[in-house]
Amino acid sequence: MHEMSLATEVLAIIEDAARQQSFTRVKTIWLEIGQFSCVEIEALRFCFDSITQHSHSLAHGAQLEIIRLPGDGWCHNCQNKVSLTTVYDACPRCGSYGVAVTGGDSLRIKELEVE
Amino acid sequence: MCTTCGCGSSSISPGKSSHNGLRKTKGPIRYRPPSAARPAPDPSTAPQPDLIDFGAGIAGTHAPGISQSRMVRIERDILSRNNQYAEANRLYLAEHDILALNMVSSPGSGKTTLLIQTIRALQDTRPIFVIEGDQQTDQDAERIRATGVSALQINTGKGCHLDAQMIEQALLQLAPDEQSLLLIENVGNLVCPAAFDLGEAHKVVVLSVTEGEDKPLKYPDMFRAASLMLLNKCDLLPYLNFDPALAIHYARRVNPSLQIIQISATSGEGMPVWLDWIRNSSPNAHPIKSPPNSD
Repeated sequence: MHEMSLATEVLAIIEDAARQQSFTRVKTIWLEIGQFSCVEIEALRFCFDSITQHSHSLAHGAQLEIIRLPGDGWCHNCQNKVSLTTVYDACPRCGSYGVAVTGGDSLRIKELEVE
Repeated sequence: MCTTCGCGSSSISPGKSSHNGLRKTKGPIRYRPPSAARPAPDPSTAPQPDLIDFGAGIAGTHAPGISQSRMVRIERDILSRNNQYAEANRLYLAEHDILALNMVSSPGSGKTTLLIQTIRALQDTRPIFVIEGDQQTDQDAERIRATGVSALQINTGKGCHLDAQMIEQALLQLAPDEQSLLLIENVGNLVCPAAFDLGEAHKVVVLSVTEGEDKPLKYPDMFRAASLMLLNKCDLLPYLNFDPALAIHYARRVNPSLQIIQISATSGEGMPVWLDWIRNSSPNAHPIKSPPNSD
């Protein structure tokens, strides 16, 4: 249940940005979450809603928009870029298990709609 | 402070004198609510009963279809703060030539027994320090201290993992010697500790043969994050239906470069290979990103 830690970090980053860029309310938060980023999105939503439930929170009622990024890999055997749904997928082209994960790890706040 | 919920229930206890002597960490570690920093409202922009000013909002203008809300690009990694602490820890450990290993596993895989046997085998050759992570109790640190080495217990309270900031505080308090071996026993949990870099040279995942062969597939993130897997309790194999070759096959599917050693902390089988692995490991396994950026 490290999603509570992540939700707390999201709020801390937003509060930091609010101080630097002079906004007092966040309406929408775009999060980029990769397929392999070790986060359960519904748990993250629940935790984020919990820590922003007070009406004085600058992210109270904010909408979390999730940008899901697929998993990418590089097959050392057939030298191709391939899509992965798990980190232990066989290469969809040659069936080898020597696929290195090259994308889908991201866990980022991309953008905020603020006022 | 507990990084899971900020409840302040996590503690770092050096033996019996818990909390006493806890040194202040450098710089601010928690963001303060913005209310104090926020500028007082400008009276000239306060609403007036006889005036509607569309230019008074943050956007400073008004056009049909465009609200006063605006977009702010952030582009920040959610774990960036943890990673900054982790890089600072890594720099500290490299400067002092300390090899830090982050031991991770499910509860009950035999991590503490393994650490005790490892300490007994190596403590005459180099200084060893231990950081123990558990939700509650000082029992593991007490077991480690019985070997004669210094151990610091971190109780995470409700938290499910150690984070880099806890390790920073623990390093300040434990003050491990130059060229020492620092063993960090993470909270028994195959999920959350995978996501939190502590600044260690390597994550070492311990899987015991009393678990299932398919644990690497069920909890792939941890096996992917690790450099080495210790397959522990191998002395019990004659009594179990556990297939070590299948477990190794699954682990390598998740992480093709994973090194694997079959071991029994109780019987000593495989221990020399593990001890050689430690002797041959460099404290600087990862390039240091210097200086840690503010991203």
